[in-house]
Amino acid sequence: MAYEQRKIPFIGATDTNPENKPFWDGCAAGKLVLPRCKDTGKFIWYPRGISPWTFGPVEWVECSGKGKIYTFSLMRGTPPYCIAYVELAEGPRMMTNIVDCDLAVVKIGQDVTLKFVPSENGPPMPMFTPA
Amino acid sequence: MSLKGAGYIVGAFEHPTRKAPDKSVALLHAECAKGALEDAGLTKDDIDGYFCAGDAPGSLGPLSMVDYMNLKCRHVDSTDVGGSSYQVAVGHALEAIAAGRCNIALITLSGRPRSEGQATGTAPRAGNPAWPELQFEYPYGPATANMYAMCATRHMYEYGTTSEQLAWIKVAASHHAQHNPNAMLRNVVTVEDVVNSPMVASPLHRLDCCVISDGGGALIVAKPDIAKSLKRPLVKVIGVGESPKHQMAGEVDLVYSAARWSGPPAWEMAGIKPSDIKYASIYDSFTITVLMQLEDLGFCEKGQGGKFVADGNLISGVGKLPFNTDGGGLCNNHPANRGGITKIIEAVRQLRGEAHPAVQVKNCDLAIAHGTGGSLGTRHCGSTVILERE
Repeated sequence: MAYEQRKIPFIGATDTNPENKPFWDGCAAGKLVLPRCKDTGKFIWYPRGISPWTFGPVEWVECSGKGKIYTFSLMRGTPPYCIAYVELAEGPRMMTNIVDCDLAVVKIGQDVTLKFVPSENGPPMPMFTPA
Repeated sequence: MSLKGAGYIVGAFEHPTRKAPDKSVALLHAECAKGALEDAGLTKDDIDGYFCAGDAPGSLGPLSMVDYMNLKCRHVDSTDVGGSSYQVAVGHALEAIAAGRCNIALITLSGRPRSEGQATGTAPRAGNPAWPELQFEYPYGPATANMYAMCATRHMYEYGTTSEQLAWIKVAASHHAQHNPNAMLRNVVTVEDVVNSPMVASPLHRLDCCVISDGGGALIVAKPDIAKSLKRPLVKVIGVGESPKHQMAGEVDLVYSAARWSGPPAWEMAGIKPSDIKYASIYDSFTITVLMQLEDLGFCEKGQGGKFVADGNLISGVGKLPFNTDGGGLCNNHPANRGGITKIIEAVRQLRGEAHPAVQVKNCDLAIAHGTGGSLGTRHCGSTVILERE
């Protein structure tokens, strides 16, 4: 099945929550940059400027872009799209889309790799495609 | 201080409409309030506490509706946790009654997504970019259906749950709905009908999804001495619990719901166990919602929900756990896209012996009504109410 890319909507400006600037700067540069808790060393999804484990500080770290599909659902429509949680090599499970592949054969546990997809009115968004 | 028995449900009313283009949401709320008061044998001047949630029109919680209905209240609460808000409201009403902050609490829900043409299950809902998660989720197209579907995909992967097992939940609801003249979908369906209906968000088919309906409901919760002075059968609240569950900062686990946390305090307060329950109202936005909540409330082992619901085990008069005997959200009604209150209303009918004779559970003395509000795939609240006929 030929892949057709859905238009990606984006709401608001990326400086609405200004502490997430490193994430959006990363997206613009084609890098997945996530906050990591400085107390526990754990990566955080979704991005935020305070550790959700300790309320301590975070540092922004580039991720490898590798992960495995934790779960997904193929949404019927025109065009169809695949929403998923991908478990990053760094630990957290992030909501994303699986793109640029035959969506009929997407599977839990599949290795995937980072791919940025442009959004309308916003930055490119981190998505994943089979590795 | 235990809240066990601190309040009784003395009035319950489900609006008969399923499509109300000629009525406002505020009017539907007031009509539901009127119906519940008549059911209880009370008047509006008896109400001194009002509880509502995000479906109540107005920008400041309960204020527009207390103004519209001209209520004089000593206590208000507008905790909004989606479709689970009304079980939460029962618990909060018990707290308020026990604290002496009100004696007779009114809880209302109404909405008309059907008349307003909302594609509520399949269209991602926009929001405010100041919501901390919005810009990290909305671009990926999260809709109600695919959020619950991702839970089903993972549940199938971990436990071998099948689409046919999920379909049995809809089959049971349809067996009950055939007896409900107000139900939107009254045709009995088969497992094959469900799994052959169009896929909406894999692995959920159209018939795995609840209806979109207008309507509403209301409850009156009163302190014990007032309840005992009324002429209606006594339905005592003996257990309540509430808990949110979310993405846990990236430690997402989609195979269980917040019922795992809202259930235990309710069971402990009630002093009973799942096998004591004669009738269960279980939130049924989707078939997978029911299956996960049954597991998480302890009706079966985790992962065994598929086997538990199969072969008619949820059909009244057939299986061991009659559920949603009004047809539930899957067939009867899901007013305002929030099914919590109708779950409590049908449990009250069962305990009073006022359910349809074809689905009435014999000697129904203990019932549970569990709600799930929000999105099972991201953040939601579970809320549990256990009721006893006295």
